[in-house]
Amino acid sequence: MKPAKNHHNQTRILKPKPKPEPEFKRPITEIIWVSLVSTCIKFLLIPAYHSTDFEVHRNWLAITHSLPLSQWYSDETSPWTLDYPPFFAQFEHFLSFFASFVDPIMVHIHHGLDYKSKPTILFQRISVIITDFVLVFGIYRLTRNLGCKERVLIWVLVIFSPGLMIVDHLHFQYNGFLLGILLISLSALEEGKDLLGGFVFAVLLCFKHLFAVAAPVYFVYLLRHYCSGGFISWFGRLVIMGSAVVAVFAAAYGPFLYHGQIQQVFHRMFPFGRGLCHAYWAPNFWVFYIILDKVLAFLLVRMGFNVQAPTASFTGGLVGDSSPFAVLPRVTPFITFSIVLLAIAPCLVKAWRNPQPRMITRWIAYAYTCGFMFGWHVHEKASLHFVIPLAIIALKSVEDANHYFYLSIVSCYSLFPLLFEVQEYPIKFLLLLLHATLTWIGFSSYFTTTNRKTAETEQTRYDKTRFIVGSFGKLYLLGLLAVEIYGQFVHPILFAERLPFLPLMMISICCAFGMMYSWIWQLRQIIKLH
Amino acid sequence: MEKKKKATKPTRDDSESNIWSFVTQRGTTASFICITLFAILVRIAVSIHPYSGAGTPPKYGDYEAQRHWMEITLNLPVKEWYRNSTVNDLKYWGLDYPPLTAYQSYIHGLFLRYFDPQSVELYTSRGYESYIGKLLMRWTVLLSDVLIFFPAVIYFVIVYYSGVHNGSKSGMLWHFAMILLNPCLILIDHGHFQYNCISLGFTVAAVAAILSDRDIAGSILFTLALNHKQMSAYFAPAFFGYLFGKCLRCHNPFLEVLKLGLAVLGTFTVLWWPYLYSLEAPFEVLSRLAPFERGIYEDYVANFWCTSSVIVKWKRLFSTQALRILSLVSTVSTCLPSMLLLIMAPSRRNFLFGLLSSALSFYFFSFQVHEKSILLPLLPASFLAIDEPLIFRWLTYFALLSMFPLLRRDELVLPYVALYGLFVLLYNAPVQREATRETRSPFTTLKYFLTACSLVLHIVCLMVTPPRRYPFLFEAVMMLLCFSQFFFIFMYSSMKQWEILKLSSQTIREKKNS
Repeated sequence: MKPAKNHHNQTRILKPKPKPEPEFKRPITEIIWVSLVSTCIKFLLIPAYHSTDFEVHRNWLAITHSLPLSQWYSDETSPWTLDYPPFFAQFEHFLSFFASFVDPIMVHIHHGLDYKSKPTILFQRISVIITDFVLVFGIYRLTRNLGCKERVLIWVLVIFSPGLMIVDHLHFQYNGFLLGILLISLSALEEGKDLLGGFVFAVLLCFKHLFAVAAPVYFVYLLRHYCSGGFISWFGRLVIMGSAVVAVFAAAYGPFLYHGQIQQVFHRMFPFGRGLCHAYWAPNFWVFYIILDKVLAFLLVRMGFNVQAPTASFTGGLVGDSSPFAVLPRVTPFITFSIVLLAIAPCLVKAWRNPQPRMITRWIAYAYTCGFMFGWHVHEKASLHFVIPLAIIALKSVEDANHYFYLSIVSCYSLFPLLFEVQEYPIKFLLLLLHATLTWIGFSSYFTTTNRKTAETEQTRYDKTRFIVGSFGKLYLLGLLAVEIYGQFVHPILFAERLPFLPLMMISICCAFGMMYSWIWQLRQIIKLH
Repeated sequence: MEKKKKATKPTRDDSESNIWSFVTQRGTTASFICITLFAILVRIAVSIHPYSGAGTPPKYGDYEAQRHWMEITLNLPVKEWYRNSTVNDLKYWGLDYPPLTAYQSYIHGLFLRYFDPQSVELYTSRGYESYIGKLLMRWTVLLSDVLIFFPAVIYFVIVYYSGVHNGSKSGMLWHFAMILLNPCLILIDHGHFQYNCISLGFTVAAVAAILSDRDIAGSILFTLALNHKQMSAYFAPAFFGYLFGKCLRCHNPFLEVLKLGLAVLGTFTVLWWPYLYSLEAPFEVLSRLAPFERGIYEDYVANFWCTSSVIVKWKRLFSTQALRILSLVSTVSTCLPSMLLLIMAPSRRNFLFGLLSSALSFYFFSFQVHEKSILLPLLPASFLAIDEPLIFRWLTYFALLSMFPLLRRDELVLPYVALYGLFVLLYNAPVQREATRETRSPFTTLKYFLTACSLVLHIVCLMVTPPRRYPFLFEAVMMLLCFSQFFFIFMYSSMKQWEILKLSSQTIREKKNS
């Protein structure tokens, strides 16, 4: 906390003269204005396509409303069983109270199956829209002390994020709400309120366990930053933090422990029966691994070796017990787990040596990137977990801005296959285009003005502080465009209905390059910065 | 995207004090692109909602009418388009717009036939509805909008701000967004389903051309608008008055009038060419354009005839013939003052007010007015948004209210609410345009009261079933409220024109004296 404050004070002092802020610049009114504009768009999107996740969440409403707590995690009426941690179940229970007034069939465990009346759609969509204000609050907490230019730009980056719009308001999920909790936790850490940060993060873990990837970073950081001083004070603080976290987990899991359901809860939350990759490959490291395997198998067969074709296929959906690889060794959940931990290690070391609040957002985002790159059965939606926090630090330097610009495009583009119907095509495309244009305009104007001041004194730094999309970057973005054009227009002409997985595979591979770049860049940045 | 409109007074551009400068700093083009993209996004988002008459045989709604016209124009020779025959039953959504609409239907029909031939097959396609068919139809509106209305608005904004108004850039961008994101137009075109963007787009371009002194181009563009929808005649007195008044002040008034007259006649000739082969043919088409048999008003439209019918039962008292003459006389007599004022003082500002007054007088008094016709007065009001923000806002609120029953029938309440909210937000965008902010007036309490009334009416209309004896009670109350507000705006606009005339004659006198 101390360093952050000093840093902030310094920038204040450097300003030529701190003018009194004009009256109209009340951040809270402005952020509400910005978020209400996006709310209007979300309202318009209510009748658009939604995925089976809509039915999943409806079913959870029904389970939590009509069954006693002890049966929440053992019910199997619908294939979409409850597999989120208890707080999320409680959250659905809370929503179902209102839902039962809107349309009682929606929360009926049997009659409600695949129920999609207009009030149901309206209710569920509006519940996402309203809970999104947690995200707005989180982002407000994080940016309230920034200059107004940074502030507004960051709001636009997050609140108009096309990825969130696609996943939450079209595909249907509650990521905005969950990411909002993460941002609140991050803002507390950045302000030095470690206890609050740790507490909120524990709450988040009880909402969605996928966020646990960053737990090692939190652990090391809090251990070193919060628990400081002499042994007594160290131990005292450790006990305080520990009891806060334990209290949260007890509140979440206690009732299930009481009903003897705890094993069932964990069984549902960690279904390792699923394969390494999803039917549509998330653009991560394993894409390269699979491709390498295919290429090696192909070459070996050519050279006359007898290679057994794998019985399971990656393109066919679920993977059973047999190894899907022809040549390379099979990957197990344990291996992915170790690799993720190994990848996070550099940042753990950094956090151990010098735990600074101003680095925490970067570290957390990096941890989620590692989880995304090397994790088991990763979903492409998980890229939001680091894209949104990275928006907060996108304005720290021109390199950050540059990196964020690519990353936000790649991450949103990798979500395109989620919406495969014709009606939503222009919507997702325009959302991305609008956001990319705003980002580009915002970054380039932000970094030219900042550099104009420095340029007078340091001519040499001029080019370094300017936001430009390099020729390599342009080439990559054009590549993405080419892949999209191929998938939409050329592929149907060439193959008609055959090889439907080919365009998807190309999107995965293309985006995997971008993600790989982002991961390496973040790693380098973490090692470099002090 | 709205954020770009909040820009900056140039002097403060660099300072930290300007929040929204991050977009405007990149220049006007960047901001225009963002607003345009946002406007397209809003239109597409509205277009996923239902259209008028979705799944309601046998007549369906405007969507089916437009699709039917594509079917007719695509499959029949030009001469048969407006003629009743075994394959062209004029009772089933017969073509009743001028030839340009027919040509536009033909072009869109080609587009539809390329992707979905079934949807425009003669006769068998009646009542055709499908997922892909809806998308294609929506795309035809969107393309017309982007290709005609958008460029016209950009042209208008550039012209409007290049001359007299050297106002702030943020004000200009705000104005641009206001015209482009007009909730009524978006709801009718992309929700209800019509092609008002084409005729209104031509009108905007005509106004812009005339404001930049390209009078001939302006008259040609206005003729195009007139030939797309005859309702564009609502603006005709203002166009005529302004251009005529301007010509009178030239060195050779006769030549100027002749030039404009020839341009208009030439355009008409080209557009009506297929129907000029005999003397009767054009009259056959004309009779289709004036549907007198449909009565002086329909449903609950907030105009004079419908509102006063609460007291005077016009339809019972007079024959249709008499009503025709009555409405003609009253329309002409109410728009005549505004036209004369324009001839006497043809200034640009007066022109814009003249457009508003004449459109409103047509809306009040002409024959067979539809709720959707409020779009026409709304257009000049949006031109005046920066000078008369209150008038613009007021007209938009009550225009929305007046269309609420219609949109509710189309199941468009959701986009209605969203766009209403979006309009309020964008109108109150944190932009630096203090100069043109509404000044506090003594009517503040009244304003709040009326706004509250309209909100309550919305809610009551949605929630409460009307008493059985008066099933249209709420519609009637809405109509009364809207009419009173429209009439107030009409009076205000005429008064403004009068003031402008007084002011201009004063300056002329002063010049002479000095």
